[in-house]
Amino acid sequence: MLSIVEKDLGTPAVLAAKQVTLNVDGFEVTVPAGTSVMRAAALAGVGVPKLCATEQLEAFGSCRLCLVQIAGMKGYPASCTTLVAEGMQVTTQNQKLAQLRRGVMELYISDHPLDCLTCPANGHCELQDMAGAVGLREVRYGYAGENHLHLNKDESNPYFTFDASKCIVCSRCVRACDEVQGTLALTVQGRGFDSKIVASQDDSFLDSECVSCGACVQACPTATLSEKSLIDKGQAEHSAITTCAYCGVGCSFRAEMRGSEVVRMVPNQNGHANHGHSCVKGRFAIGYATHPDRITKPMIRAKITDHWREVSWEEAIAHAAGEFRRIQGKYGRDSIGGITSSRCTNEETYLVQKLVRTSFGNNNVDTCARVCHSPTGYGLKQTLGESAGTQTFDSVMQADVILIIGANPTDAHPVFASQMKRRLREGAQLIIADPRRIDLVRTPHIQAAHHLQLRPGTNVALLNSLAHVVVTEGLVDQAFVAARCETEAFSKWRAFVAQARNSPETLEADTGVPAASVRAAARLYATGGNGAIYYGLGVTEHSQGSTAVMAIANLAMATGNLGRVGVGVNPLRGQNNVQGSCDMGSFPHEFPGYRHVSDGATRALFEKEWGVNLRAEPGLRIPNMFEAALDGEFKGLYLEGEDIAQSDPNTQHVTAALSAMECIVVQDLFLNESAKFAHVFLPGSSFLEKDGTFTNAERRISRVRKVMGAPGGYADWEITVLLSNALGYPMHYTHPSQIMDEIARLTPTFTGVSFEKIDKLGSIQWPCNDRAPEGTPIMHVDEFVRGKGQFMLTEYVPTREKVNGRYPLILTTGRILSQYNVGAQTRRTANNTWHAEDKLELHPHDAEERGIKEGDWVGVQSRAGETVMRALITPRVQPGLVYTTFHFPDSGANVITTENSDWATNCPEYKVTAVQVTRVTQPSDWQKRYRSFSQRQESLAQGMNEA
Amino acid sequence: MNGESHSSSAHLVNMANDIGAFFHAEPVRADAVSGIVNHMQKFWTPRMRQKLLEHLRGGGAGLEELAREAVQRLTT
Repeated sequence: MLSIVEKDLGTPAVLAAKQVTLNVDGFEVTVPAGTSVMRAAALAGVGVPKLCATEQLEAFGSCRLCLVQIAGMKGYPASCTTLVAEGMQVTTQNQKLAQLRRGVMELYISDHPLDCLTCPANGHCELQDMAGAVGLREVRYGYAGENHLHLNKDESNPYFTFDASKCIVCSRCVRACDEVQGTLALTVQGRGFDSKIVASQDDSFLDSECVSCGACVQACPTATLSEKSLIDKGQAEHSAITTCAYCGVGCSFRAEMRGSEVVRMVPNQNGHANHGHSCVKGRFAIGYATHPDRITKPMIRAKITDHWREVSWEEAIAHAAGEFRRIQGKYGRDSIGGITSSRCTNEETYLVQKLVRTSFGNNNVDTCARVCHSPTGYGLKQTLGESAGTQTFDSVMQADVILIIGANPTDAHPVFASQMKRRLREGAQLIIADPRRIDLVRTPHIQAAHHLQLRPGTNVALLNSLAHVVVTEGLVDQAFVAARCETEAFSKWRAFVAQARNSPETLEADTGVPAASVRAAARLYATGGNGAIYYGLGVTEHSQGSTAVMAIANLAMATGNLGRVGVGVNPLRGQNNVQGSCDMGSFPHEFPGYRHVSDGATRALFEKEWGVNLRAEPGLRIPNMFEAALDGEFKGLYLEGEDIAQSDPNTQHVTAALSAMECIVVQDLFLNESAKFAHVFLPGSSFLEKDGTFTNAERRISRVRKVMGAPGGYADWEITVLLSNALGYPMHYTHPSQIMDEIARLTPTFTGVSFEKIDKLGSIQWPCNDRAPEGTPIMHVDEFVRGKGQFMLTEYVPTREKVNGRYPLILTTGRILSQYNVGAQTRRTANNTWHAEDKLELHPHDAEERGIKEGDWVGVQSRAGETVMRALITPRVQPGLVYTTFHFPDSGANVITTENSDWATNCPEYKVTAVQVTRVTQPSDWQKRYRSFSQRQESLAQGMNEA
Repeated sequence: MNGESHSSSAHLVNMANDIGAFFHAEPVRADAVSGIVNHMQKFWTPRMRQKLLEHLRGGGAGLEELAREAVQRLTT
């Protein structure tokens, strides 16, 4: 069912310079050439009956309901598949057309249940609407003939049902799966009366290849495919546009509401990042917001072995502030700090860093981007001058060669992956550099030209060898480099990568990638037209993460693939507001807008606005906080929306550091892993419960809108205000828009941003200022932000994490479609249906060598620790490589990862851990301790919500 | 939850060596050293720099040559 408020014009919009004027039922309308008659009519205010058409899909012309008459044209053409022409005279209503349409409708209705009053789509059913539109008054064929009314309902999917008895086989679901999602899981099986929609090989939806993106549900014109929440709750009566709180795509949604209850999330057709598409998380996995595990009352305790005590907000805030001041009095000003999260809004992250710099009086603030994309910020700032991706998502539609490095978009950024797949089906070439055979290597109608299956930890070697080919085979875009880049730096870099030690032939021994493949891939990227690079945490989460980002920028500059649509360097951000949290000055060395704290002019600007003296020296990063805590120098932490005890590497090191602190204040939705070490718990708010903005991977700032109250009573920004006030630094905001106004006053790239403007434009890509009043879709168009592009020398330095006889395998980690990071949200939804535990993928050869069979418990031992999980045997991983996800705390994926980190940013080297894998029969010692500790902690909080 | 041993100076030495390894590619040694120094001044807290300097004064075990030269030029 389409959104309750959006108007559907029948066929997609066409972008064409040439305009065509036609006449529809006496009304003149001018539209771009290539537009359908149906859409032109709709734009003229004339609704043509339709069933198989929707503007989300290409015209199909099967239902025969949209027939019109066109002067000079024979018969009754379908208005959806007929394109406009200059001077065309269209008639959409006359007696003959009415007769034809009624005849069509009679056939549909004769084989459709007449249970409209109890149907979930009642009132928003397109079949029902069309019956009314064509004036259907009778069904001459009766209802007693052979029909499909007895067909069973498929309720296997946790989020939607497929009621075949209501299906009119319009193919909208099939086309949505093909065109929008690109999974091609659905088809029409059989012919004539026997035709029916089936998933995969006539499997249940759950057992099929369906990825539950919901595109088919949205496209269905009847109640055949319906959200279970819609069936349970009834239709919404109002809606609000907001932004998804999952990955860095930042999809725009309409939250369809009944009062303060969400009925369903419908992707916004006008959403600039997602254009009406969604994934299984954003559309369906929102149940966590109302989950009984939510902690809704503030709690405090003196020691982590004590029972939690439920207290008033006043007491909790006063206690937290008092403890922070006590600790600073005893251990010094630098003994406390704050960590914010990419799950928080821009305004919230801004406030936390402001609180730390003003109330705490130090720069000990960091954000979870530390453990994901901090190398992106560093690497792109060094080379291009701005810590951000260069393009829009839509830019991919003009890419000719797509190079994906260390990213798995179909799992981690599924909505953008669908757009990318559309471009690939149109013929763009694909190069993938990944140790695993990710889905995009070979998927329906898509086959990567090159899969460079490198060894984990050798990204820089591979990128250098690609650059070597570009330089030594004369593939450099000399004109671009001469005009846009630092000459001396380029010469140095050219001499560096041209050395034989950087050739594919030499580095093959390190990367494991055949030199011929590297050469072919380099040639394709450099000469295949618009080359666009997309990368993820498989690039950044390495000891050379920042070096790899710089190597990517080098490659793009050398080939002239920057500064226009279709090219660029595109970091795929893991969380919804990674870009935003970094923009907002969450790092300890810089103020909002990526300005170093040592910059006197910037510091003076903030000192004047904030009325305090600010430190000119950087503060502690997250891993430095742990070290300082273990040294007895760091004792207090304000932790908003981030679960470091689960997400950060070497869990035992992290929990030892947390245990060494005297006051940890956790502000979150749930009693997460970090909260088990906390002394104050402040109930946070979900994205549905607050106003603000998120900034996605395209630098696109979008509104988050409150659709329900926070069960704890306060939005997160309000809690930070309370804490700051209690610490003696008054904050006077009454709405997040005022916080954004302050950000705009202080940040050159945000001077033109306001809630009012975002509301007007829908979204804004920063920089947005006097030079770009409506934002900047493509960066570095005429010159780089830093002026001339800076080539950097990117020596390949092998990680110190070596395999040996004791740890002969390399473990790498990643994320899966249905779960999200630490799983705090998705584990509390039906998404567990697809992924209920983390498993260890290993190659059949490695499994056989160790006597491991599918589903066996296996111990995974590293230099940091040991955990146990079930084995999943698959050739997706190479021999010598094992892989796991990290969504469940009990699986202890981060018990085995080490503290090795990126040289520049301390981003952990999650992607390379030397391990041994053995068959075992019981949990690891850590897991036994964890379970015992965790159960004890849960018991200490028991009864709090019921009190 | 555990009783792991802890050595923050070993951690800082590793970090310094990692930074040094990046700048090792710089053909002019003075530029490499100043690159390391600048990086530590920009991204390390004064306390971290101070700890590493103390480690250096105690012999600087584990510090590789380029990093060692840079650490000598650190200020707190």
